[in-house]
Amino acid sequence: MAKTYVSATINGESSEFLCETQQTLLDVLRDVVGLTGSKEGCASGDCGACSVIMDGRLVCSCLVLGVEAEGKTITTIEGIAQGDHLHPIQQKFLEHAALQCGFCTPGLIVATKALLDENPNPTETEARYWLAGNLCRCTGYDKVIRAVMDVAAEMRGETVG
Amino acid sequence: MSSLSYAAPTSVDDAVKLLAGASGVAKVLSGGTDLLVQLRSGRLKPELIVDTKKIPGIIGIREENGGFVIGAATPGAVVEAHPGLNAAWPGLVEALDLIGSTQVQGRCSLAGNLCNASPAADSVPALFAAGATAVVVGSKGKREVPVEQIPTGPGRTSLAKDEFIVEFRLPPRPARSGDAYLRFIPRTEMDIAVVGCGISVTLDANGVCTAARVALGAVSPTVILVPAAADVLIGHKLDADTLAKLDAAAQAAAKPISDKRGTVEYRTKIAGVLARRTAAIAFDRANGIKNGKAH
Ligand SMILES: Cc1cc2nc3c(=O)[nH]c(=O)nc-3n(C[C@H](O)[C@H](O)[C@H](O)COP(=O)(O)OP(=O)(O)OC[C@H]3O[C@@H](n4cnc5c(N)ncnc54)[C@H](O)[C@@H]3O)c2cc1C
Ligand code: FES
Ligand code: FES
Repeated sequence: MAKTYVSATINGESSEFLCETQQTLLDVLRDVVGLTGSKEGCASGDCGACSVIMDGRLVCSCLVLGVEAEGKTITTIEGIAQGDHLHPIQQKFLEHAALQCGFCTPGLIVATKALLDENPNPTETEARYWLAGNLCRCTGYDKVIRAVMDVAAEMRGETVG
Repeated sequence: MSSLSYAAPTSVDDAVKLLAGASGVAKVLSGGTDLLVQLRSGRLKPELIVDTKKIPGIIGIREENGGFVIGAATPGAVVEAHPGLNAAWPGLVEALDLIGSTQVQGRCSLAGNLCNASPAADSVPALFAAGATAVVVGSKGKREVPVEQIPTGPGRTSLAKDEFIVEFRLPPRPARSGDAYLRFIPRTEMDIAVVGCGISVTLDANGVCTAARVALGAVSPTVILVPAAADVLIGHKLDADTLAKLDAAAQAAAKPISDKRGTVEYRTKIAGVLARRTAAIAFDRANGIKNGKAH
């Protein structure tokens, strides 16, 4: 069948692609655009491994059609680091060993970015609820939360002991 | 692979024409948090998807004639951030906010929750309790329908093939009114209601209830309005006797099934308990007593 032409801004660059209606944004990012950092854990909106920021909102890219990306601005995990420099969120995830297998990590980092964009000073409870849609089989979440609270403080210019 | 087309019309008329002209199954798309899951599982095989989100006004909230109008595809996150709605309809806002994760909140809508027609849909008992109407458009024009007339069974609605909802209207809120929604789930987040209950009340200066609407979710093939439960509230304060009658009326209306989330007996009992707790919050709010979030 005919494919639809879609043009979007992905990680600050204009991007054009052809996609079929049933392809999700996650399919398109991974298989058409070649950005394989976003992961497919469930394809049903439950795990958050596919999280991206679309027009300022955190969404599961597996629950967005590729064709819906027309005219949108999208940030994926590949757009988080600043050139060769890790984003502070990425740095703190490493320092706190907030990952083991790493499959959930792109989604968690993108979700954390969206959280801190909206709320630079979250309570631990707020951070836990915000990240409730990001499942991790390995870490038990605590190290993730430590990393998130630490990086939030650092980005606010506070140093924690 | 079957061929599936996509259209994102920029007017109601174009959307209606597309729906009316489809030879096979055509589906309206709002946030896609139900639709995409059903597409992927193969449960749904439409030939056309009509994305409504480019239609002006379908996303957004405005005040009109003393009430609120909520665009059909407005995401949960937008509703939750609206101060006026939070003040007038905290129960409805909290009910919608219970749906899914932050990611799902970025997309999920009232229209999708209502028209997916799950008996356990969280925002629907609150919408029923609020006395909301849906503005439905189609080839024959526009009609305004009480929300309780939309779902007709699990996954089924009363909408014709060429019809869809453009917005919801909430009636003006009299003084001393309050609403609440509670759902019972075995965990704290990301689960499907075992029972849900939405209640809206208006009280007089003495705290006596003058108007009430009570709705229950997950105890019947659709969310149901329970007029008998509203009747036991009207004319009374929320004393022990009224609470007992409310409990009994909610239990009498509950016709649940047994599944992995709960047995018939369990769900019936919970319906009564939840009705009492929900009423307590709605009455407190109507009396000006501020509660924190109900969840
Ligand atoms: C991880 C996850 C967790 C969830 N948790 C919950 C939960 O806790 N509680 C709950 O109730 N639901 C939950 N859901 C289900 C879903 O998110 C909600 O039902 C949501 O409100 C659907 O809205 P939507 O805009 O995404 O609908 P869509 O998927 O866009 O549409 C759903 C249905 O409604 C129809 N429709 C959409 N818009 C219109 C319209 N304007 N007029 C007529 N028909 C229309 C569509 O054709 C489709 O049949 C969850 C889903 C996921 C993926
Ligand atoms: S792959 Fe999208 S939420 Fe799991
Ligand atoms: S680190 Fe393995 S799933 Fe999270």
